[in-house]
Amino acid sequence: MITVGMDLGTQRVKTVVLKDGAVASRGQALSGFDPTKAAEQAVDEALKVANLKLSDVAYFAATGSAMDMAPYANSTVSMMGADAKAGVYLFPKARTIIDVGAEEARAVKCGDKGIMVDFVVNERCAAGAGVFIEAMARALEVKLEDMGPLALKAERASPINASCVIFGESDVVSLIHRQEPKPEIARAVFDAMADRISSMVHRLGVNPDVVLIGGVAKDEGFVASLNRKLGLTVSIPEYPDYAGALGAALTAATRAKGAQK
Amino acid sequence: MKEQGTVKAAEFWRWQEYHRVMPKKWTSKDLITAGVDVGSVGSKAAIMVNGEAYSWGITRTGSNSPESAAKALSYALEGTELKASDLKYIVGTGYGRVNVPMANKAITEIACHAKGANYIWGPRVRTVLDVGGQDIKAIRIDETGRVVSFLMNDKCAAGTGRGMEVFADLLQIPIEDIGEISLKVEKEPEPVSCTCVAFAKTEAMGLLRKGWTKEKVLAAYTRAMAVRMANLINRVGLEKELVVTGGQSKNIGIVSRIEVILGVKCLPMPNWRDEGNLDPMVAGAFGAALFAKALYEKAQKA
Repeated sequence: MITVGMDLGTQRVKTVVLKDGAVASRGQALSGFDPTKAAEQAVDEALKVANLKLSDVAYFAATGSAMDMAPYANSTVSMMGADAKAGVYLFPKARTIIDVGAEEARAVKCGDKGIMVDFVVNERCAAGAGVFIEAMARALEVKLEDMGPLALKAERASPINASCVIFGESDVVSLIHRQEPKPEIARAVFDAMADRISSMVHRLGVNPDVVLIGGVAKDEGFVASLNRKLGLTVSIPEYPDYAGALGAALTAATRAKGAQK
Repeated sequence: MKEQGTVKAAEFWRWQEYHRVMPKKWTSKDLITAGVDVGSVGSKAAIMVNGEAYSWGITRTGSNSPESAAKALSYALEGTELKASDLKYIVGTGYGRVNVPMANKAITEIACHAKGANYIWGPRVRTVLDVGGQDIKAIRIDETGRVVSFLMNDKCAAGTGRGMEVFADLLQIPIEDIGEISLKVEKEPEPVSCTCVAFAKTEAMGLLRKGWTKEKVLAAYTRAMAVRMANLINRVGLEKELVVTGGQSKNIGIVSRIEVILGVKCLPMPNWRDEGNLDPMVAGAFGAALFAKALYEKAQKA
């Protein structure tokens, strides 16, 4: 059975094609002004890779902040629900899933079948999400992908205002003028974010099996800071940015089976 | 922000940088002082002759505070026949006040805006709302322009002028027209739920996608900004008369909405576009120049 999960995020749309419980292919597109069109493209791309047609798909499920605009969708899945489903599928022992995306961060506590039990969300504030790193990289005049390696070179962190992206930006500019080393500023950026995320996780109650997903999980600088703050090593799947789409595809498979019965 | 593409987009966010000299004479016997207010987005310098506004300059703050301070001050000196050495005392203020190299002393922008508002509007002012590029301050003052109490947004830049710049660019509307345009709605829409500057773009795109007009999008965002400001004023305690200073004092969409929400009229804004009029955006620099005068006189007596 073929199912497709679509994750319509604020920056990118990610899709996962699931064939009999295993990932067959992935696709993505920039959300831009028209997330519906972007999702069509991302679905198209993933189906092409898997040599499949739209008509082969038994069930489509959508998640992500623009899920209401998803094409083809038979149903939608809450973002926390998709996080939990994917986290436990990827790491069966996981009970805490942290998802850090471009504009939102979530911590989800779940049971053994990937059923969500509780969650905490950071929304409406950019200081705990991926755009914080992007804004600081711009202020530092460093490429986004170079922020992580840069931060890993630092022995310590320069203090910055971490409560707000805009204030943080001003701080970074004045630190540059004080000629603080860039690695230490980069480290401060990740430490600040990790601080916010770990306090979210602590509100849920930490357990040792923590999974980190979302686009920001690809940033080794952030991962190092988060591990330090939490005092453990988080598990990260190979494609952390596709975890939401995977969760939707898995839910689609369950729902399709339910519909067949 | 750096230009990403090869084609330079029109800079709708860019507000007018200008300088003005008042029709006034000075002699070498006069006490000439200056105030330099380096804000997060705008740098303002004012020159006063015996405590009366003589000239000022407004320029965009660059990434280097000392340079921005020097640029604003030389802009204020332009066309005056004054030299920097004629300035007896200079007070630095604003977000970058510790980085004003030519200043004899630094004073907080809260005290300076209070003093400046008292200078522009007179002793009736009791509440000053100062809205700059990334801060909002509600200040209670007495009849001499002294600060009684104040509150500011110290944790978050939501609802500040920077958000308006993002909207100007995205909607391709010159920033100085935004206030007027935000008022061109038949019915005021619900305010947006999130005024985080970093999310302004996503917020606006979401509303445009819903089919909202530019006017309606601006109204919803401006309304949300005004609500934040009004809340801050209510928390510090509103006492009449109320005035607005800082860059957003020029945004009629903000000022008129604050009046509606609070149910009071602000004292009339001087129209800064007219020669001979003061500019409330320069209030902090006026206040700083007045402090400079007082400090110089005190030093002479000692």
